[in-house]
Amino acid sequence: MNLGRMYGLFLRHFFLITRSFPRILDLIYWPSIQITLWGFISNFFSTYSSYYSNAVGVILTCAILYDFLFRTSIGFNMLFLEEIWSRNFTNLFIAPIKKSEILISLIFTALIRALIGLVPAILLTSPLFGISILDLGLSLFLLFLSLYIFGITLGILVSSGLLRFGPSFENIAWSTMFLLAPFGCIYYPVEILPEIFQKIAYMLPLVYIFEEARSILIDGIVNVESIFKAFYLNGLYLFISVCLFYYSFSKARKKGTLINIGE
Amino acid sequence: MQNSIKVINLKKTYGAKEAVKNISFEIKENEIIGLLGPNGSGKTTTIGMILGLLKPTSGEILVNGLKIEQNPTEILQKINFISPYIELPKKLTVKQNLIVYGKLYSVKNLNQKIDYLVSKLRLENLLNRVTGELSSGQKNRISLAKAIINEPSVLLLDEPTASLDPEIGDFVRTFLENYKKEKKVSILLASHNMDEVTRLCSSIMMMKNGLIIDQGKPDDLIKKHGRKNLEEVFLKLVRN
Repeated sequence: MNLGRMYGLFLRHFFLITRSFPRILDLIYWPSIQITLWGFISNFFSTYSSYYSNAVGVILTCAILYDFLFRTSIGFNMLFLEEIWSRNFTNLFIAPIKKSEILISLIFTALIRALIGLVPAILLTSPLFGISILDLGLSLFLLFLSLYIFGITLGILVSSGLLRFGPSFENIAWSTMFLLAPFGCIYYPVEILPEIFQKIAYMLPLVYIFEEARSILIDGIVNVESIFKAFYLNGLYLFISVCLFYYSFSKARKKGTLINIGE
Repeated sequence: MQNSIKVINLKKTYGAKEAVKNISFEIKENEIIGLLGPNGSGKTTTIGMILGLLKPTSGEILVNGLKIEQNPTEILQKINFISPYIELPKKLTVKQNLIVYGKLYSVKNLNQKIDYLVSKLRLENLLNRVTGELSSGQKNRISLAKAIINEPSVLLLDEPTASLDPEIGDFVRTFLENYKKEKKVSILLASHNMDEVTRLCSSIMMMKNGLIIDQGKPDDLIKKHGRKNLEEVFLKLVRN
């Protein structure tokens, strides 16, 4: 055993971490987010244990909805990361394809990727647990559409970061969904959050989507206003993300990130 | 409009660092110009700006008479690039890669085009193989196929034969010579292989610290600097 060699390998990763702010951020916020999310879930179930008793499948339905959001967002990021990993990034950006064409193509491809995962999951829940997500009725389509738009928005935001900061932003790509999960109120009502967190939650479309899903499944009430608010916020964030993507591309051209993309 | 690249007072700075300092040059139709210089001299930055990957701090680039900043899509349709530092998606087969890039470049009659590339570049046995499993020489030929799939009028080559064995290196050089004559393309060749540059290029630009410090025909430069070959000229200019 050679201590120097082992120390050399340690240094290789230590230097990488200390030279990359996204990597440091990634190390810090993962544990914080996990503790926050599970803290709220535990708190909710210990206080309101009877909340879900008459609505079997609410948690599972919300899990499927959240997974669709997760797959859409990660799917979009993966398409971008694939080009970096395969060192094909430059080939893509010197092809006569417009940025808008790249975005639309990736948005469509991310949907196909998400559906490939979603459809079997939906089909499995019925025979395994006697639950059908189709119980959400016509609203299901609107909720999925809203989640799809938000997933794409997050994907575009992360891709903007990859353009701007390079592959060191990759870790953020994997964890954006977990960062937002506590505020998304996926498994518990928004009231369980502290007041300051509630304010943040109401700035996201997620809370309206998951509150609406619970409202339909538990109380049988369709609240059109919630769906509308989710779409309004989605439109706003999608617009911001697309602007940021164009801005990041412009900055990447100035900084040279497009030709230097690597570790 | 004739095929050409025209670079006028091109400059690129990163903060206080000047990577390229007001360089100007022109590559005419059916001409290969060599771009030589040590690592960090500004060659890749110059190529990056011509490809639109980098925004020039100042100056102009005209490809076939069009400004890249105002007409990126039109110019990129007629331009292509090879570098050993970029690759095609490894998990796709060679044919899938050629189909993808044929579509990206809106190539008409794509199947016939692929057949043409297969025969020109000896790809018969590679077409259905996974790109990532090919040798570097085979990958190089696939990159070459991708680079001419759109019949570019301007080709940018960054060390196109780096790490190739002499036989494949010679095949690539012969191919480029013939392709230039056949299609009358303007080619910018950045290379550290002096024999390659002497063989292919009608003229050479020497870059150092972001400046073109000398230029001319290979033989003229050798005579001017009183050296035996281009490598000695290169060493003299770089070390001075």
